[in-house]
Amino acid sequence: MSAAPLLELVGLTKTFPVRNAFGRITGEVRAVDGVSLGIDRGEVYGLAGESGSGKSTIARMIMGLTKPSAGDIFLEGRNITGESGTRAYGRKVQMVFQNPGSSLNPRRTVGQSIAVPLDAHGFPRAGRAARIAELLEMVQLPDEFVSRYPHELSGGQQQRVAIARALAVEPSLIVLDEPTSALDVSVQARVIALLILLGRRLGLTFLFISHDLSLVRNFAQRVGVLYLGKLVETGRTAAIFEHPEHDYTRLLLASVPVISAEEEAIRPQLPIINGEVATAAEVLAGLAGTPASPTQGRGQRV
Amino acid sequence: MSDVLLSVRNLAVDFSTYGQVNHVLNGVSLEVAPRSHVALVGESGSGKTVTMKAIMGILRQPPAAITGGEIVFDGRDLRTLAPAERDRLRGTAMAMIFQNPMSSLNPVFTIADQMATILKYADRRLGRARGRTGRIDRVHEVLAQVRMRDPERVARSHPIMLSGGMRQRVLIAMALLSEPRLLIADEPGTALDVTTQAQILKLLKDLVEERNLALLMITHNLGVVRETSSYVYVMHHGRIVEEATTDALFANPRQAYTRNLIASVPRLSGGTDFVALAGAEARP
Repeated sequence: MSAAPLLELVGLTKTFPVRNAFGRITGEVRAVDGVSLGIDRGEVYGLAGESGSGKSTIARMIMGLTKPSAGDIFLEGRNITGESGTRAYGRKVQMVFQNPGSSLNPRRTVGQSIAVPLDAHGFPRAGRAARIAELLEMVQLPDEFVSRYPHELSGGQQQRVAIARALAVEPSLIVLDEPTSALDVSVQARVIALLILLGRRLGLTFLFISHDLSLVRNFAQRVGVLYLGKLVETGRTAAIFEHPEHDYTRLLLASVPVISAEEEAIRPQLPIINGEVATAAEVLAGLAGTPASPTQGRGQRV
Repeated sequence: MSDVLLSVRNLAVDFSTYGQVNHVLNGVSLEVAPRSHVALVGESGSGKTVTMKAIMGILRQPPAAITGGEIVFDGRDLRTLAPAERDRLRGTAMAMIFQNPMSSLNPVFTIADQMATILKYADRRLGRARGRTGRIDRVHEVLAQVRMRDPERVARSHPIMLSGGMRQRVLIAMALLSEPRLLIADEPGTALDVTTQAQILKLLKDLVEERNLALLMITHNLGVVRETSSYVYVMHHGRIVEEATTDALFANPRQAYTRNLIASVPRLSGGTDFVALAGAEARP
């Protein structure tokens, strides 16, 4: 934690107006509410949360696809809040989307898709074919794939193409938005393995956005848990999973279906109210009602 | 025969597209006992959804064609049953819960309207008479069974006014309307957040016990299988490759396919080595 983080978010906030049936603004939703976190060079930072937690909005703000309402984004120590989304920034930060079926243009061949960022960033035409071949090799696809179309590929192969496209301009940070949630588990394992190997080989930094806590546990070194736009808990993944401090984190972990006794042993108990599994709102309301909630695992946080 | 509610034997289904015939199911056999919780697990393309559709009699033929086997429900082979007889069973003795609650509900009608309509046709098929008030009473009753805290308010609501978890509960309530003996659930809770999914799985488990139901659950999620089912069929390339009690399957998977599938699931306790997993397999 001594060196400056590669990416730093400071009080990042995004509000969306709520309109009534006549289009008049009647209020606002705080989709992201004062999120501060730092991502170190070479690490995988997991952002975990359920739908509506704001994790995709954070990704969009980092990518410059959505303007923050407040707060700052620092990349390599420089405040880039106004310029994220510019060409110079795009060269450093790339993104892999959830559904490769829709993030790849169906009318472009694999080679043409990978060439788009190369062209946009002025890569010389002469070395382009060699660079594309190199990228395909990196994501472990045969070079004849260069002339295939997305529909000829499996979901896992499509996602490898999306990864190759993100790698094309040698970014320092790659934002992964649920990159394997549309894939079967055996394919997921191979895509994650590829990301781990590429990360090591190229010294990449990943912001990994996921709702799958078991996957976050095994891929990310640090994790931030989001609930309704707020970061409720952050720290080393192992520490948080073994000793969750926040009631919401505990509920989230308790809800994960697991396949072994070891996992059951570390998983918190599901909160039950009147014979039913309590909702997040109930759990957090209960927390508010009973100020002396049982503490556990103090001192484990980083 | 009395201890088997549903028995599928050697079911074979072909799909023909553009003159090409694909064998999608190659002799699938499975059994569901009354009051049991059975899972059919497989990855995409394994044939689990086709199996389910064939059982429910909602497989579109063509392009599909059932080319062999039996589907015996309560001692009767559904394949040889007259269409009218079969319709009488569907949505009554056997009912289904679909995966996506939003696309299974009509946005323009209230929950009460939609459920009462289903009940009206179910009653008609069964030759029962029940007035509108009687139907609405029954709707409130099943909504309470799926733990809706205010069944009357939910009944008056349109789908858009309900959360994803509540919509899934409404679908379960719809399936329960005619007191089915077999419930087939397609990826229950998969479209939901994990905390909501936990609630739905607990509800399904409780219903199997309380309502004298048998549940056949189709899923790709091994965690969901282990949390809820007592017996598992593993499907791959249109075949059942392994079957066992849930405990035995996870303790001692016999087939390489099952072992690999279980190994691929990341563990909440950590220690999943993706690189080693990928290295153990042939490169694509």
